[in-house]
Amino acid sequence: MTDTDINKNNKAHGLTENEYNNILKILNGRKPNNLELGIFDVMWSEHCSYKSSKKWLKTLPTKAPWVICGPGENAGVIDVGDNLAIIFKMESHNHPSFIEPYQGAATGVGGILRDVFTMGARPIANMNALRFGDINHKKTKHLLSGVISGIGGYGNCVGVPTVGGEVNFHKSYNGNILVNAMTVGLADKNKIFYSAASGVGNPVIYVGSKTGKDGIHGATMASAEFDDNTEEKRPTVQVGDPFTEKLLIEACLELMATDSIIAIQDMGAAGLTCSTFEMCSKGGTGIELNLDNVPVREKDMSAYDIMLSESQERMLMVVKPEKEELARSIFKKWELDFSVIGYLTDTKKMVLLKNGKEVANLPIDPLAEESPEYDRPWVFKPEEQEIKKYNFDSIHWTKALKILNTCPDLVSREWIWTQYDHMVMGDTIQRPGGDAAVVRIHNSNKAIAITTDTTPRYVSANAYEGGKQAVAESFRNLCSVGATPLAITDNLNFGNPEKPNIMGQLVKSIEGIGIACKELEMPVVSGNVSLYNETDGEAIQPTPTIGAVGLIESIDNMITMGFKNPDDPVFLIGGNNNFNKGWLGQSLFAREVFEREEGAPPNVNLQLEKLNGNFIKRIINKKLINSCHDISDGGIAICLLEMSMTSSIGFTLEIDSGVTNAWLFGEDQGRYIITCENAMSSTIIDLAKKNKISMFKIGSTGGKYISFSRNEKIYLDELKNDNKDWLTNYMSNN
Amino acid sequence: MKSAVIVFPGSNCDRDIAVTLSKVTGKKPLMIWHNENVIPKGIDLIVLPGGFTYGDYLRSGAIASTSKIISEVKNKANKGVAILGVCNGFQILTESGLLSGILLPNKNLKFICKDVHLRVEENNSVFTKLFKLNEIITIPIAHHDGNYFVTEEELNILKDKNLIALRYCNPSGEVNIDSNPNGSIENIAGVFSSNKRVLGMMPHPERLADIKLGGIEGLKFFEGLLEGFS
Repeated sequence: MTDTDINKNNKAHGLTENEYNNILKILNGRKPNNLELGIFDVMWSEHCSYKSSKKWLKTLPTKAPWVICGPGENAGVIDVGDNLAIIFKMESHNHPSFIEPYQGAATGVGGILRDVFTMGARPIANMNALRFGDINHKKTKHLLSGVISGIGGYGNCVGVPTVGGEVNFHKSYNGNILVNAMTVGLADKNKIFYSAASGVGNPVIYVGSKTGKDGIHGATMASAEFDDNTEEKRPTVQVGDPFTEKLLIEACLELMATDSIIAIQDMGAAGLTCSTFEMCSKGGTGIELNLDNVPVREKDMSAYDIMLSESQERMLMVVKPEKEELARSIFKKWELDFSVIGYLTDTKKMVLLKNGKEVANLPIDPLAEESPEYDRPWVFKPEEQEIKKYNFDSIHWTKALKILNTCPDLVSREWIWTQYDHMVMGDTIQRPGGDAAVVRIHNSNKAIAITTDTTPRYVSANAYEGGKQAVAESFRNLCSVGATPLAITDNLNFGNPEKPNIMGQLVKSIEGIGIACKELEMPVVSGNVSLYNETDGEAIQPTPTIGAVGLIESIDNMITMGFKNPDDPVFLIGGNNNFNKGWLGQSLFAREVFEREEGAPPNVNLQLEKLNGNFIKRIINKKLINSCHDISDGGIAICLLEMSMTSSIGFTLEIDSGVTNAWLFGEDQGRYIITCENAMSSTIIDLAKKNKISMFKIGSTGGKYISFSRNEKIYLDELKNDNKDWLTNYMSNN
Repeated sequence: MKSAVIVFPGSNCDRDIAVTLSKVTGKKPLMIWHNENVIPKGIDLIVLPGGFTYGDYLRSGAIASTSKIISEVKNKANKGVAILGVCNGFQILTESGLLSGILLPNKNLKFICKDVHLRVEENNSVFTKLFKLNEIITIPIAHHDGNYFVTEEELNILKDKNLIALRYCNPSGEVNIDSNPNGSIENIAGVFSSNKRVLGMMPHPERLADIKLGGIEGLKFFEGLLEGFS
């Protein structure tokens, strides 16, 4: 190649000039061949190397006595007692899902499942967090329909329940939707599998599907912005085969029970390249691979294609030599490819052979560990003022409630979750639609509560408070069902980090997440960063999604949000009794009713958050209350409406002085609504006083209507019909 | 009662049904891999569980219906052994000719997972004997291809011989288009073989067989079988 050719080739890859010069240094001046260049390119892509975010991710709290394995492995691992561990992670598949929604979303689910069962866990639940463009945008229906079918199509077939998630709509995602998928698995605490390869001479084994020409350069594609030619990138999207994934899960778990595996790693982004480098880099070994032994789908696959393919449902393992035949027989039973493709060496180099010739020879450590790390410039300019003065009481609460009740962000998600098998495996104790999904630990009386949360409009206005809020809301959702929050996984979706304001969003939201995780004792154990979520220079709202996991010690104490009886007293926890006040900056009420997307988001007081959350947990576990719901989008009013609609039991506000819309719809943080039987009231009130918790009665359950002011009401049937069928109607109208 | 569960590549409700069978009978069912030839003597109930056998990449249940074990299942059916096919198991039973009809993609072409109401149309069988005739029960469905179709001729036979086991209905028991989740002909959710020893049903009785999961109406199918075989 001439120098100009190399320059062109660089650009065809995603490398910068500096990065290319660094490669020359690593290779002692030797120019890399095309295959080697391709390998550097994917390894150093934003997607694989975290080069823009690494510096900041290091600041996150990752430790707690119950953390078995933090970030850096395929997924995070926490101890849940009884010799059991929960393994979980969330990962984005944004770019592929925009290009090809069904396969993009499906392979997103497949990839995250593999991250979890690679470590020895049987996946027990899938969750997701999805963002689509404006509901009126021409692509939204097509993308929503494809993504939901894709998530369902994959998860339903592998037989892992999809138990919940969140879906929101905003115009900033018109050209760049977000698909964040999370898997939670259950493992024997003493049988966790890691990726560090060891034992010179040990066989390196390829199992699963054959390698095809799909997804080549997927990681590079996911590290660049979109433009009008995005459709041309369809060949970089992989195609999923959930049936093979199901077989792979069963085969891997069967082999894992036999004490044969030394190291195991799934082939995800950057396929065979990334998995071999990670295994060797962590284990301090070298590797020699004969690419002629890689099972391929078609004849004329080049070394380049084989190394960079992102074909799905493939794993790489190092097994004990004496267990090779046992392993082979298990994979044969499950009708999966099994091929010894190489051996570990002591050279700390990766040597690739094809047709008997050496086609690449690269040092492991510089590639895997000394990848670029950038300290990109950033600015942070949070909104200061809550919201411009305005007469927010110019609309009657009945009208405002009806508007919010049918706003796309609050309508029933039933159209979505009925397409997910959310019951398979027979342990779904709390189905989709509650504050958190609850999945029983098989054969026990314990359960895992799971939630995914973030409020991008808050992050957009103040990334620091927004980062805190995302963690705080996940904490609240877990407390609301009676769980003890344990740890989180974070999926950070942002625009182009080379722009200082976007970099500022990333830096400050990580800072916010970090402080909240520390204060609320939920360390970050795994995560994923997705940058360059922009189309034609327009960035998405910053979306740091938090996936959180908590433990319920006894499912008999679990709480749901629906009211349980008529005539139960209803209490506000953590709220204020100045009925003229409420935080309207960045509220859904201001946005949906007054078309005002402005102001500062509500502050999160982490000490109060913790105090109130712990109080909620205590009264749930003492069986003092019969329903609980945290207050978030739409404030007190929407919280009460959801509790009513879920149970078909109405509510009447009993505040003599009357209340303002700000109090009803404001989005102040750290609050919950609870109900109890009348006889329990005084015990709870005493307990609240003792613990310095703000708690007072705001009304009673009963009737078939919602009433927030004397003699004014809306019937539940009407509200329910509007809310329940909205999405179904929207999707069926062309 | 001794039971066996057939496991195919891609079965995914095999564990769920095993949990329910263990709970009801006090014994773990025998799990039989699809390429076995023999189902041992003395098995009273054979279950074909839900899932996506072979990914259902051809017609649902079509590839599984050609498995080695299916010839043995047919032998057992001829001998009158009780056979229950749930969801994908029902699809395998129609594809293998043990039950009449076929299961087409749902009318809305989407996967549907939710609780539905069913009316028990025939209680004179080893599977449904504990139900009252026309009893309304709640059981979840979870399928993409549950749209039951059968020729008019065969439908008449099903009706004449009381071989329709379950129909989708609303909470008050009315069978109509609004209570039909998937487009099944005459709201049919489950059918018997001519001797009523084989039952195929799209709803999953094992999914509401535990109060913690929201209900136990599914248990009655298995408790009825237990009564019949002990």
